[in-house]
Amino acid sequence: MSNLESKKIVISQRRKFLSLMAQSIGLSALGGMVWSGYLDEAKAAPLILRPPGARAESEFIRMCIKCGQCVSACPYDTLHLAKPGDQKPLGTPFFIPREIPCYMCTDIPCVPVCPTGALDKKSVSSLSEGVETLDIMKARMGLAVVDTESCIAFWGIQCDACYRACPVMDSAIKLEYRRNERTGKHAFLIPIVSSETCTGCGLCERACVTEKAAIHVLPLDLAKGSIGGHYIKGWDKADEKRLEGISTDVTTHTKRSEKSATDYLNSGEEMFK
Amino acid sequence: MRQWILKHRFLLMRRITQLGILALYIAGNSYGFHLLMGNLSSSLIMKHIPLADPFAALQMLAAGAIIGVDILIGAVIVVLFYMVVGGRAFCSWVCPMNMVTDTANWIRKVLFLEKVERKLWLGRSIRYWVLGLSLILSFVTGVAAFEMVSPISMLHRGIIFGMGMGFAAVLCIFLFDLFAVKNGWCGHICPLGGFYALLGRMSMIRVKHNQASCTLCMKCKDICPEKQVLSIIGKESGAIVSGECTNCGRCIEVCEDDALAFGVRNYISSASEK
Repeated sequence: MSNLESKKIVISQRRKFLSLMAQSIGLSALGGMVWSGYLDEAKAAPLILRPPGARAESEFIRMCIKCGQCVSACPYDTLHLAKPGDQKPLGTPFFIPREIPCYMCTDIPCVPVCPTGALDKKSVSSLSEGVETLDIMKARMGLAVVDTESCIAFWGIQCDACYRACPVMDSAIKLEYRRNERTGKHAFLIPIVSSETCTGCGLCERACVTEKAAIHVLPLDLAKGSIGGHYIKGWDKADEKRLEGISTDVTTHTKRSEKSATDYLNSGEEMFK
Repeated sequence: MRQWILKHRFLLMRRITQLGILALYIAGNSYGFHLLMGNLSSSLIMKHIPLADPFAALQMLAAGAIIGVDILIGAVIVVLFYMVVGGRAFCSWVCPMNMVTDTANWIRKVLFLEKVERKLWLGRSIRYWVLGLSLILSFVTGVAAFEMVSPISMLHRGIIFGMGMGFAAVLCIFLFDLFAVKNGWCGHICPLGGFYALLGRMSMIRVKHNQASCTLCMKCKDICPEKQVLSIIGKESGAIVSGECTNCGRCIEVCEDDALAFGVRNYISSASEK
């Protein structure tokens, strides 16, 4: 059929609408895939320290509206909003303790100003006689971790910079005295961090004397392990409570395990034939 | 000079509000002048009245966040405000991106770029698709999707709290508007503009046209960044009812026949005057 003969194809309004919708939805799907791919990458930043009272990261990132009111409330300029290029979820608040740590204000000005509750006032308040008062000691921004290789206290040099800087002194960081076998007459003053009281403020990291801090604050998720249900302190009644909620069906089922195992060693039938 | 000011009165007023709001934010966050704190996503007037970006709140809701009372009240206040002054009044009177795209548009005009334009066509309804998409993606990924990529937020957050690489995103918008599509970002893609356009369908303050004094010079259509809203020019009197009109007032400034003016929309006698 030549061009001259071909009739102009007329499509109905309905067909036109359907085609247009199909095209738009298709393009949206394309854009959506690219966009969501970026979002998945962008929201995953495990190495980020949040202001006190911040909810768990996935919840925090969902609730934070990126208004920066916590940032402007901070009297020490500790907090920053993530800028493009910071490689952190865009516009969300964070701090870098080696630059400016959290000085743990007792009135925690950054938390009550949060309009969305991404910074949870309850989690940094303690209840006494029915009255909720802000208690910065309950903040868990992260956990200080010591690199024993680069900490000079582990060499036997007397340094207690982190211990002295810690606002929860002698609790979040304790000094453990150990005999220095090398000199025979000195003691190691070893900093030991307790996850029970460490708030993750980062004053220790700021104070550390080594070129790159030998003690640094990591986000809790990253710093802490989790025991799970397989190990229990048998000597500790309180620890056994952890088992209560765990399902009893812990046997692994495989194709082979479905057949009953033959206990040929102890049955001894073969032997006495 | 007086003539020039008169001819650019709305432009000057828009620049004053745009820059003034940014200045108040900077003063509030950095210099302890607490009239306005936060940024355009959410802020606090005089330490008590909350404001919140209703589109951001909607995305957070889609993402599954529990919306706090402050955000709810703030979003309602903003919605009511723009219901009165015109939905996309945000775009031309508040949004700092407007200054960027207006600059691109101005350079376009000076360099006669329109005369040698490459053909790159974008539909004006893309913004509504992006709007829908950002809500769906917020739901799927559990994070306010547009807020994670929004060059508008990057810009106002950048001006108030520090820019970082954000200028690159703004530059992208500028170059896109300058060389690719006229009014490409604000007039076609931006879902926040789309959101306010939907809000503006019912808004009170609108540009009104008096057909009797119109001489059909079409200067208004020439200057308008959303030409499609001016469909009634020279045909009938009435209000520009499309939500896509940004109430920027440029058409009023260029009109030499007094055929256009801001007015309050008449909801009741819709037969004679919409």
